[in-house]
Amino acid sequence: MDLITPGSGLIFWQLFGFLGLLFILIKFAWKPMLAALDERETSIENALKAAETARNEMANLKAENEKLLAEARLERDTILKKAHDASAKMIEEAKAEAVKTGAQMIENAKAVIETEKKAALADVKTQVATLTLEVTEKLLRKNLSDDKAQKELVDEFVKDLKLN
Amino acid sequence: MTRKLLVLSLLLSAFMLTFSSQTFAEGSEEDKTSFIMHHVKDSHEWHFATFGHSHVTLPLPVIVYSGDRGLEFFSSSDFQSHETHAFGKEFAHEGYYIDEHDHMGRVDGASFIDLSITKNVVMMFIVMIVLASLALSAANHYKKNGAVAPKGAAALIEPIVIFVRDEIAKTAIGPKYKKFVPYLITLFLFIWFGNLLGLLPGAANMTGNIAVTMVLAVLTFIITNVNGNKDYWKHVFATPGVPIPMLLIIVPVEIIGLFTKPFALMVRLFVAITAGHIVILGFIALAFIFESYSIGIASTLMVTFINIIELLVATIQAYVFTLFSAMYIGGAVAEHAHDDHH
Repeated sequence: MDLITPGSGLIFWQLFGFLGLLFILIKFAWKPMLAALDERETSIENALKAAETARNEMANLKAENEKLLAEARLERDTILKKAHDASAKMIEEAKAEAVKTGAQMIENAKAVIETEKKAALADVKTQVATLTLEVTEKLLRKNLSDDKAQKELVDEFVKDLKLN
Repeated sequence: MTRKLLVLSLLLSAFMLTFSSQTFAEGSEEDKTSFIMHHVKDSHEWHFATFGHSHVTLPLPVIVYSGDRGLEFFSSSDFQSHETHAFGKEFAHEGYYIDEHDHMGRVDGASFIDLSITKNVVMMFIVMIVLASLALSAANHYKKNGAVAPKGAAALIEPIVIFVRDEIAKTAIGPKYKKFVPYLITLFLFIWFGNLLGLLPGAANMTGNIAVTMVLAVLTFIITNVNGNKDYWKHVFATPGVPIPMLLIIVPVEIIGLFTKPFALMVRLFVAITAGHIVILGFIALAFIFESYSIGIASTLMVTFINIIELLVATIQAYVFTLFSAMYIGGAVAEHAHDDHH
């Protein structure tokens, strides 16, 4: 068998052998294998895509959460501020009320004192007038008897007056 | 590394031994190198070794078809001398003989077709069985487990399949690559396994046989031209942008080009593998020519070195054959966007 002349038998067997091998391998090996590889590549790609989507969703959720949080914080601040203002206002009002009431009470007390004082003075004046009348009456009675006794009597009455 | 080299050298020395007795038994300078061509060529029997006068051979079936006698089956040992186990015209059997150059002949000179299961055919079957069992068990893995990570045979085959699909088919053919991937994978694995198994001691030079490479090249040629689109044939018979008088020269060149492509494929693989085998056997033959131990050691080291290179060549040649096939197919199916302007 020569080196560069192809042998007829070998050509025959190689041709049909190789075609047979090709047929068997394509049908039973390469087709299922390439399909499996494709399937795996697609599933990996899908998984990667799903992961990407999930990550984006997570990021969105996080952003939304932060927004909500910020809103809540803002609301809380407003509420706190309102409450603070309300309480400050109430205190202010209560204080004003108290001051007003106090002033009123003082005024009333002053008015009562004034009235009492006037009444007392009127009473004193009446008593002084009465005493003066009594003293004058007694003096007039004594005067009739003795000068000296009169004088003594006046002193005594004055002393009495003092006691009163 | 050194230990591995030593082991390799020892293995190869064992390989050399299979030839030594044979060559010493014969004698002249010519016979000391005849085993090289004997190994490189195809044969009707598988000869492993000769110890003194006893031959270790595997007789192979001889199948002959002729118009007048139909299909006939013999054994290669029918055509041999019983003493020397040599073929020759004088050992004719039922009207056929195998001469000393391993050529089949018919005593009455009538025509016939030799369809024998030769050494390379057996080698081809071995390669096919190894390849098919690996590929089928790999495919079985996916059938059983679905599209999961590869294991076992699938872990060996899958990277090659992906490599051929992505690096060869996708890049060389373009968007229509899918249809051709199974053929290219089979081609790559068949050539690669053939090259590698051919390097084993005692194995046959199957992928370095011109009949084998011719069949593969013809298959690529058929696939290329059957799938050739309008643009492809237009480029051959009415090359765009070329003046009509020039077409007289260009068209024959293009037509020859159709055939030179598969011819180059055929010759490249045949030459690369056969040359590798000849170089290795040549170094082994040195030991017998000089009949010296030192030369023997040196040539064994060289053989080890060449063998390592041959492992590389085995892969590169399989890759190149597949890549060029893919490029030819790619050229035939490519869509050219510029054809309206010519």
